[in-house]
Amino acid sequence: MEKRSLQISMARARHKIVVISERCKECGICITVCPVKILDKSSLRNSRGFRYPVASDENRCIGCRLCEYSCPDLAIYIL
Amino acid sequence: MAVAVEHPLDKYVRTEKLPTLWCPGCTIGIVMTSLLRAIDQRIREGLLRRDQITFVGGIGCSARIAMYVRFDSVRTAHGRTIPLATAIKILRPEHKVIVVGGDGDICAIGGNHLLHALRRNMDLMIIIVNNMIYGMTGGQVSPTTPLKLYTTTTPYGNPEKPLNIIRLACSLGANFVARGSATHPHILQQIFYKALGKRGLALIEVLSSCPEIFGRHIGITDPVKSFMTLRDKIKVKNNPSLDESEYDWEKGFVIGVYLDKDDPGYIDNLSLLYKSLRGF
Ligand SMILES: Cc1ncc(C[n+]2csc(CCOP(=O)(O)OP(=O)(O)O)c2C)c(N)n1
Ligand code: SF4
Ligand code: SF4
Repeated sequence: MEKRSLQISMARARHKIVVISERCKECGICITVCPVKILDKSSLRNSRGFRYPVASDENRCIGCRLCEYSCPDLAIYIL
Repeated sequence: MAVAVEHPLDKYVRTEKLPTLWCPGCTIGIVMTSLLRAIDQRIREGLLRRDQITFVGGIGCSARIAMYVRFDSVRTAHGRTIPLATAIKILRPEHKVIVVGGDGDICAIGGNHLLHALRRNMDLMIIIVNNMIYGMTGGQVSPTTPLKLYTTTTPYGNPEKPLNIIRLACSLGANFVARGSATHPHILQQIFYKALGKRGLALIEVLSSCPEIFGRHIGITDPVKSFMTLRDKIKVKNNPSLDESEYDWEKGFVIGVYLDKDDPGYIDNLSLLYKSLRGF
């Protein structure tokens, strides 16, 4: 029983993609390196006019952190 | 639950200076974050003290890493990082002294200093961010611009044979010589991690993409295309031989650790000398 509830909570929680939108420069590198292709350019812009990334389906994130490691501007990370 | 907007590396970065001056998609930022992760790893393992790290940077886009890291850091004239870093290391031998700069800064104007630091096996970590061009000043040819490529000062193609930094460093007696690429941040972090633990000279050449200036000349200004063009040219090897360090834009670049030995560094020799003079 205990084991089962643990599995369920893990399936729900998975990984949280955090974008610090004001730091983004819209280079698109994170979007390209994501192996499950869940990142996309937002239709919104930050105060400098850059369209920062948004996740289309956060539940599919596998937590590889490739976006976090490949962002030159410390603008995205996985929690 | 509210999520605190704080990047895991923020504790090592002068966040008040963000965003950096680097152009969108410039991979110098990836070199910096990979280095900070390696430093963080060593600090967490108790192998390095935060208050015993000093950065030395010169002039150029790459050298600005020294401005953004939240450690003791100093910036000096273009090309003169190594002599300043040498002085700091002699006065503060317990410090890990890290030199960061571009191919122009360290290999062109600072080339002579590089030769002598290598010859001395000077106890420094030297990171050369090689974007194959003078980025900050508008794209002049550098010693590492590959043959035939266009730059502002080689409008008909570069007629010069480029410098193979790896061969130079291996031939002159550095303890640790490696090539990494900003397009492979995990491998880069591992290389930095190893280099941070070395005595003597550790030299790391990091290939980096400059979409704004280098890209403009080779016709690839899109940050993603620029990143992927470099990434496609990288081959990863575990223990590459010196011949595999060949530096050729067409054939691509092998990254990995080319040399890893443990000879006494300059500081060891200096303390032996002091001991013999003092007699204890
Ligand atoms: C003594 C001196 N000479 C020339 C310059 C002009 N200058 C500034 S940065 C630079 C070269 C930049 O190229 P690199 O070191 O490869 O760094 P990058 O900007 O490509 O990262 C030059 C020639 C200077 N600042 N000082
Ligand atoms: S890699 Fe960083 S700067 Fe580039 S688009 Fe993604 S979040 Fe923005
Ligand atoms: S000019 Fe090139 S090296 Fe300098 S910040 Fe821009 S992309 Fe980076």
